[in-house]
Amino acid sequence: MFLSRLRLPSSEIQSTLTCNGQSAMSGGCGRNPPPFPDNEDQEAELDTQVLDSDDDDDEGEDIFTGARSKPITPTSAPDEGDIFSEEGSYVRSDVHHATNGLHSDEELDLFTEATVELTLTNTTSQGRREIIGPTASACNTTRVPNSILKPSIVTKTMEELEEEESGDQFELNIAVTNPEKIGDGMNAYMSYKVSTQTTLPMFLNKTFSVRRRFSDFLGLYEKISAKHSLLGCIIPPPPQKSVVGMTKVKVGKEDSSSAEFVEKRRAALERYLQRVVAHPSLLQDPDVREFLERDELPRAVNTQALSGPGLLKMINRASDAVNKMTIKMNESDNWFESKLQEVENEEQLLRRLHAAVDSLVNHRKELCSNTVVFSKSVAMLGSVEENSALSRALSQLAEVEDKMEQLHQQQAFSDFFILAELLADYVRLLGAVRCCFEQRMKVWQRLQEAQSTLQKKREAEAKLLWANKPEKLQQAKDDINEWESKVSQYERDFERVTCTVRKEMLRFEKEKARDFKQHIVKYLESLLHTQHRLVKCWEAFLPEAKAIA
Amino acid sequence: MMSNLDINFFFEDFRLNAYILNVDLQTDATLQVDISDALSERDKVKFTVHTKSTLPNFKQNEFSVVRQHEEFIWLHDSFVENEEYAGYIIPPSPPRPDFDASREKLQKLGEGEGSMTKEEFTKMKQELEAEYLAIFKKTVAMHEVFLCRVAAHPVLRKDLNFHVFLEYNQDLSVRGKNKKEKLEDFFKNVVKSADGVLVAGVKDVDDFFEHEKTFLLEYHNRVKDSSAKSDRMIRSHKSAADDINRIASTLYTLGTQDSTDLCKFFLKVSELFEKTRKIEARVAADEDLKLADLLKYYLRESQAAKDLLYRRGRALVDYENANKALDKARAKNKDVLQAETTQQVCCQKFEKISESAKQELIDFKTRRVAAFRKNLVELAELELKHAKGNLQLLQSCLGVLKGDT
Repeated sequence: MFLSRLRLPSSEIQSTLTCNGQSAMSGGCGRNPPPFPDNEDQEAELDTQVLDSDDDDDEGEDIFTGARSKPITPTSAPDEGDIFSEEGSYVRSDVHHATNGLHSDEELDLFTEATVELTLTNTTSQGRREIIGPTASACNTTRVPNSILKPSIVTKTMEELEEEESGDQFELNIAVTNPEKIGDGMNAYMSYKVSTQTTLPMFLNKTFSVRRRFSDFLGLYEKISAKHSLLGCIIPPPPQKSVVGMTKVKVGKEDSSSAEFVEKRRAALERYLQRVVAHPSLLQDPDVREFLERDELPRAVNTQALSGPGLLKMINRASDAVNKMTIKMNESDNWFESKLQEVENEEQLLRRLHAAVDSLVNHRKELCSNTVVFSKSVAMLGSVEENSALSRALSQLAEVEDKMEQLHQQQAFSDFFILAELLADYVRLLGAVRCCFEQRMKVWQRLQEAQSTLQKKREAEAKLLWANKPEKLQQAKDDINEWESKVSQYERDFERVTCTVRKEMLRFEKEKARDFKQHIVKYLESLLHTQHRLVKCWEAFLPEAKAIA
Repeated sequence: MMSNLDINFFFEDFRLNAYILNVDLQTDATLQVDISDALSERDKVKFTVHTKSTLPNFKQNEFSVVRQHEEFIWLHDSFVENEEYAGYIIPPSPPRPDFDASREKLQKLGEGEGSMTKEEFTKMKQELEAEYLAIFKKTVAMHEVFLCRVAAHPVLRKDLNFHVFLEYNQDLSVRGKNKKEKLEDFFKNVVKSADGVLVAGVKDVDDFFEHEKTFLLEYHNRVKDSSAKSDRMIRSHKSAADDINRIASTLYTLGTQDSTDLCKFFLKVSELFEKTRKIEARVAADEDLKLADLLKYYLRESQAAKDLLYRRGRALVDYENANKALDKARAKNKDVLQAETTQQVCCQKFEKISESAKQELIDFKTRRVAAFRKNLVELAELELKHAKGNLQLLQSCLGVLKGDT
């Protein structure tokens, strides 16, 4: 099982914040919540180094950690659909499993900026939206909807944003496991078990799990996107639909390719959820909580590609694309323009890298099958050979080649799951980043339109004054007031979005740097492991070869 | 571009190669042959054959001539066609130098020059040149091995054609076969293989030869299979190494986008992949040399051994036919003397072949075992060396990367 670890700042952060704002939920009693029972052994952490080391402390108490060393096939769950049995043959060694999805193991310094506090009492604003969660002391049965406060807008400098530290940490681990095929024929679907383990107070339990299907994940994305993307957040994109892959599964074709597909999807869904909960604002979203906790979710129907809403989405996207080409902003600050350019460049390069890694995976798989074939051929040659020592050596060579095939197989697995999938994820994430920038442009556009409307209204009023028609004047004045307030609202929105986007980029870049470093290090470790085994193979063979006489 | 690739080698590698195929080069001072130089022109390769000899047959003790592939083939064919040598395993002729694939790639590279960065282009060009060089070295080695086997053979080394080949410093005017001759060859081969089947069907009196017949047939087929499969496997390996190259250069580009921590990280990893790629390419090349080439060579040698058995079988059949003819002649009392002489000739031929063939086949076995041993040992040693090299690179890089983060 693969884990995501999340630490969230506690309310104690408050004191470190530099900006003030009023919170609507300071609570009538204005008290601080009692400390969390689980909090006792946690200390306020002020820098990432400490965070990293603290991570290790928690490993003992985490029931999921044991799973890290277990093989990917869920041996603990006996009720597996037999589609999973293929899995066992494809996936081989623990080491490689442990590497998958563990990237989020140290997602600790996400919160050095203290973007969102786990709100127990006050929240402040630093020019961003608040999400209020229920108070900790009460049993967490109520869901408080997101409320968008009207905070005083304070724009922080980049340094300030970076300096905000996190306070106490809470945990949230998510794993997606146990794919099961439900139903038959074309109506069949795969159901995945989503298990959460957390010390966050906003959840009902500490450990719980639900079953979800792929469309549920897509539905979650739609909901989150609808709410948060307008505010300039970077929304992690869900795994891609695959008609071909799913059809194979539905039809019941139980070969290694459909098992591979299921495993690929399972891992992708897990990474998706881990990214979602790693985002401080998204974690607070009740839809996310509902997704993780609620036993039965209403079926998300507008995720189907050819449904009405699906088509609508496609049309919207097309029109967005056109819009994007025509909007040209006046930037007071070059930062956004240059960042967008960077993002676009990087996306290109990552695509190229992904293509190369993909090619490597394919060639390694080819190498596997060719090696197996060669191994058999050498064995046959050995059996014909008259000289007994040579014959023995040749059959040993066949065995060595067999072992090499296994090594290549495992290496291809690592190539794919550690590297290729990471790159594919980031290509799509960068696309989401671009969307985020586009959102900001849309908000700006709206502001511009409102400003021009206001201008027109003012002109209309002036005309009326000049034409001396008092009865219409009141209407004109009302119009002007209305549009003035709209303009100021949109200005605030734009400021807020700008601030959010900056922060999001910072957070994203940090996360990306960490992700890449972790994954690449894990990949290199897998290469190391392979080379070790190679050395052993050949060391065992050498004396056999020397023994030929 | 590569039209006049003048490559002068100091052929340490080649010596090693020839030795690996277990041809004794150093022991016999009376006749030493090697290829001291080679020149690759547009579609020809010119080998400089260098001889050192104390034999009286030669005018000088040391001399060199320039030969082309066709002349090697001529020499080989002259052995095959010579009845005197019917009882020996004729060393297989070297394969034709084949640079087509490499040349094609080089051409494609030239065409695609505009679509890639300068670094990528130079890198790919270097690789292709290295590949070209490797093929070149191989073909020189194959030609040298052929000559050395001839020089080492107690009977063949005395062949007149061989001496001419070594010494005559003009062009031997051996042209490649024209269409008519090639067609003739083709038919000859068809007839020969049909005949071969007939001859093989005749059960041999001698157990040793009967056994060898079945053994060689099966061995030849298996070696053929293994050789083809090893080639495919090694090709996949080379493709994987090429992919790592692309990864390394894309990582490098990513790393040069900026000077953030992540970019520095990318640069280090790119460097690592560059190095591991070189090692992977060497692994593939060594597997090619020690395994694939070994199998290919014994494919050809086992064919030559089969040819020997065929010739003997043919001689046996001729002998038996001659016996029958003699009996018939005696019965009819007609042409008895003629039949007797024919029978005598056949008998002698048969016995001569049988005698030398037995020794040749035993030698073949010894040579084969020794060659496999040498190559397999060296293969294992090289694989170990490269794996350890890779290991070290990875360990040190990981150490640096982990230390930074």
